Amino acid sequence: MTARRKITLDRRKVVSRILKDRGELLLVTGLGAPTWDAASVEDNPNNFYLWGGMGGAVLTGLGLALAQPKRRVLVITGDGEMLMGVGGLATVAVQKPSNLAICIVDNQRYGETGMQETHTAHGVDLAAMAAGAGFQTTSTVYTSAELNTAIPVLYNEPGPVFVDVKITAVDQPMSLPPRDGPTLKHRFRENLLGSI
Amino acid sequence: MATKKKTDWSKDVFKVLKNADVKQVAYVPDAGHTSLIKMAIADNAIKPVSLTSEQEGVAVLSGAWLGGEAGALLMQSSGVGNVINMLGMANECRFPLLMLVTMRGEWGEFNPWQVPMGQATEAVLEAAGVIVHRVDEPSEIAETVEAAARLAFEGGRMVAVLIGQRVVGFKDWTK
Repeated sequence: MTARRKITLDRRKVVSRILKDRGELLLVTGLGAPTWDAASVEDNPNNFYLWGGMGGAVLTGLGLALAQPKRRVLVITGDGEMLMGVGGLATVAVQKPSNLAICIVDNQRYGETGMQETHTAHGVDLAAMAAGAGFQTTSTVYTSAELNTAIPVLYNEPGPVFVDVKITAVDQPMSLPPRDGPTLKHRFRENLLGSI
Repeated sequence: MATKKKTDWSKDVFKVLKNADVKQVAYVPDAGHTSLIKMAIADNAIKPVSLTSEQEGVAVLSGAWLGGEAGALLMQSSGVGNVINMLGMANECRFPLLMLVTMRGEWGEFNPWQVPMGQATEAVLEAAGVIVHRVDEPSEIAETVEAAARLAFEGGRMVAVLIGQRVVGFKDWTK
């Protein structure tokens, strides 16, 4: 349980700043708002959006990171999605993928279902859980200055890296990327592997 | 009936996985998979991924496929209950998914708590859209896995091979 601090960061600005200079980054997003956030920045063939599979974003990132050890893989997902698959932090920590970074956009709410509070609203500390699993690099970000420090960590520090960014619980307009599963899969693989 | 030893079918199944270019083996252990898991760990070309829950494996292998690698998910029949919602992701995206499921809760089961999920396994998988190949004859396991691997990786489908408890053997609780 961590001390409460004032939450001021806006999720869209946070995700936009993280993805601004993404280069060759491979991105996996968790269902709901993190997928809309990523799509609001740009629809990129190096993005794989989950529209379901709640609890699976980090593990999808793990399988991808193991298959593509020379590429940086970032998972952006929500606190509710992370909590549902929280055992995955242990699985990732045991694998120690040096190219995998996880960023939680943590509004302490289930945003798609009526803004009900998640456990993080009651003090559950996801960064501490990641550290407890064995992540060597973890942080919780509350301010713009802290985000400036965290972004290069997401891209460059040896993984697995875990950053929990506290963001305000404000509904944003939906920004919908393609949702047909085979389409998303094929374009990601074609872009990455050259053929499908 | 001439029955092969457990290790024999495991070796043959491992060869099939190697021939299918499987690079990630995700698992929640089961006694019936012991030899296969050991071989996966010992093979430098295979990444063994130990899971806290079987549903993690569906996501891991989806990510593996996105990155160009084939995989296999090893579990006990009780784990099938854990994967159902995550199968929706593999189903919708048509990710190949090869599951090798060793059965409990059927032939000679002594633990009543294993029986409900064991008896429901096949129906639940099929309800979730998985193609199920069941095998109760040791000499047919490897060829069944080979066919399932082709259907999964080339046919782009979710396929489960259920290996009957009669083959795996039941625990000797008198030891």
